[in-house]
Amino acid sequence: MGLLSKKDAKLITDPLADNNPITIQVLGICSALAITAELEASIVMSVSVLFVLGVGNVVISLMRNIIPSKIRIIVQLIVVATLVIIVDLVLKAFAYELSKTLSVFVGLIITNCIIMGRFEAFALGNSPWRSFLDGIGNAAGYGVILIIVGFFRELLGSGTLLGIPVLGDPIEKTGLYSIGYENNGFMLLSPMALIVVGIIIWVQRSRNKALIED
Amino acid sequence: MSLKSNLHNLKEKYKGTKMAPAFNALHTFLYLPNETTHNGTHIKVADDLKRTMNTVIMAMVPCLIFGMFNAGYQHYAAFGTPVDFLSWDAFYIGLIKILPLVVVSYGVGLAIEFLFAVIKGHEVEEGYLVTGMLVPLIVPVDTPLWMLAVAVAFGVVIGKEVFGGTGMNILNPALTIRAFLFFAYPTWMSGDKVWVHGAVERSKEIANGANLDAISGETILGSLAQGQETSYSVADMFFGFIPGSVGETSTLLILLGGLFLIFTKIGSWRIMVSSVVGALVMGLIFNGVVSAGWISESSKFFGLMSTEFWHHLLIGGFAFGTVFMATDPVTASQTNKGKWIYGFLIGFISILIRVFNPAYPEGVMLAILLMNVFAPTIDHYVVQGNVKQRMKRLKVKTA
Repeated sequence: MGLLSKKDAKLITDPLADNNPITIQVLGICSALAITAELEASIVMSVSVLFVLGVGNVVISLMRNIIPSKIRIIVQLIVVATLVIIVDLVLKAFAYELSKTLSVFVGLIITNCIIMGRFEAFALGNSPWRSFLDGIGNAAGYGVILIIVGFFRELLGSGTLLGIPVLGDPIEKTGLYSIGYENNGFMLLSPMALIVVGIIIWVQRSRNKALIED
Repeated sequence: MSLKSNLHNLKEKYKGTKMAPAFNALHTFLYLPNETTHNGTHIKVADDLKRTMNTVIMAMVPCLIFGMFNAGYQHYAAFGTPVDFLSWDAFYIGLIKILPLVVVSYGVGLAIEFLFAVIKGHEVEEGYLVTGMLVPLIVPVDTPLWMLAVAVAFGVVIGKEVFGGTGMNILNPALTIRAFLFFAYPTWMSGDKVWVHGAVERSKEIANGANLDAISGETILGSLAQGQETSYSVADMFFGFIPGSVGETSTLLILLGGLFLIFTKIGSWRIMVSSVVGALVMGLIFNGVVSAGWISESSKFFGLMSTEFWHHLLIGGFAFGTVFMATDPVTASQTNKGKWIYGFLIGFISILIRVFNPAYPEGVMLAILLMNVFAPTIDHYVVQGNVKQRMKRLKVKTA
């Protein structure tokens, strides 16, 4: 590792698997359930959180020595709210349809526990560079799960990926549909997202027994 | 060499290997094992888990046979060439449609049970024997087999195995399977086409331009939810000559099955009785609302609300759910007082959902699943209440 020392690299790789914010810390579940019915929405959500958490962690880290600890939560909220408004406006300007699909959930990034959690737990006590890596790593860990869930939900629920029909046309009955296959409507409902996340947790913990807590 | 000793030898041969549970299960399912335990005192009881399961299956067999006759009877009646109910023609249609459902249900479910037993290295559990029989009885006759297979796999893995297998499950696996089918493939599980064999295909042919009459076999609940009168008599409802899921139409045979379960002390009479009481109370409340004039005839709830309260017991899956699913000993309340509360709420909520959910006028499935989730809570408060009472007595004595 030329660019990153071993310790720094761990900041990025840990949240991807063994310390994943969704499957291990069980944070940010709300948005994982709400917007993963389509793969595109999951990707945009992941990128938005990547931006907010990466930049936010750096900003908090730069200000960490001048924030009075009594009002630190308010300061954190202002930082994250500012960044979320930027994301929201960019989406409205360049991807209006998508911002309608994501609707209130872009705004709700503010309340995403992962972001406040990283500000509190990491950025307040570490240098900007390490905070940046930590932010990127956690957002990527969040994004990976969102994209896996979004992939299965869109594929099995609508038979499409990124809006492109991959299993054939369900109305004209081509491809898989011609032999009687049907889309699974349950996949589009939020409970199924919870079950898919649960299955990921199951697979992950049966591969690495150390993650099982009593 | 008899089959028994063959199985015994196979079992010995695979002892200690990964596949052992599978051979053990086969052997003990068919025969009493030869070995006896060597130490300690043991009480031998005749009704082990397998015997219990088989008793429940016996109670359901009349419903299955009746379902086969009824499937054919409804098919011919809807297609304008009615046949006698107890005719070979009717039974034949039912047999070729329903037997595959049974085979797929057992095949997929048991395969998953064996697989998990081998992976986890425990004995194969008998829990699926009843579930496998329940599933074909609670689906529409034309359910595609692959859908059933997917649903069974989902229900057994997510509904049961993730919680630790038989005896650990929170939700009734058969109802988990039914709920999965309902939410995943609603067009095959509700509406006026799915209840009669051939109606879905007929509507497809018509869509393709064939000059045929549309076939519809609306269930009684379905037509009541749309505010229409039903043409079936009370006797039809009671004996079961009505469209519906395979095995749930005949209230008479379900009643007999229920009595059999009560007599053999396998089903809880408390749950059955309190559930019926709950349904009657809710039905009476709705009838009261109608006769008090609080709801106009134009309301979309009027049709089901004005149904005479005791008809609710005869139509839809209420009787079947109450007798065979609400009484599942694993997912029901364990305490006697808890059973009264649990059953009452199942009946009460069933009719509530039935009336207020016109898109899916069958609330029994959802009511039982909901109460499954609350059963441990009910038990907790019943036990705590008892503890409190006894503490009071203790204090009086010591004071």
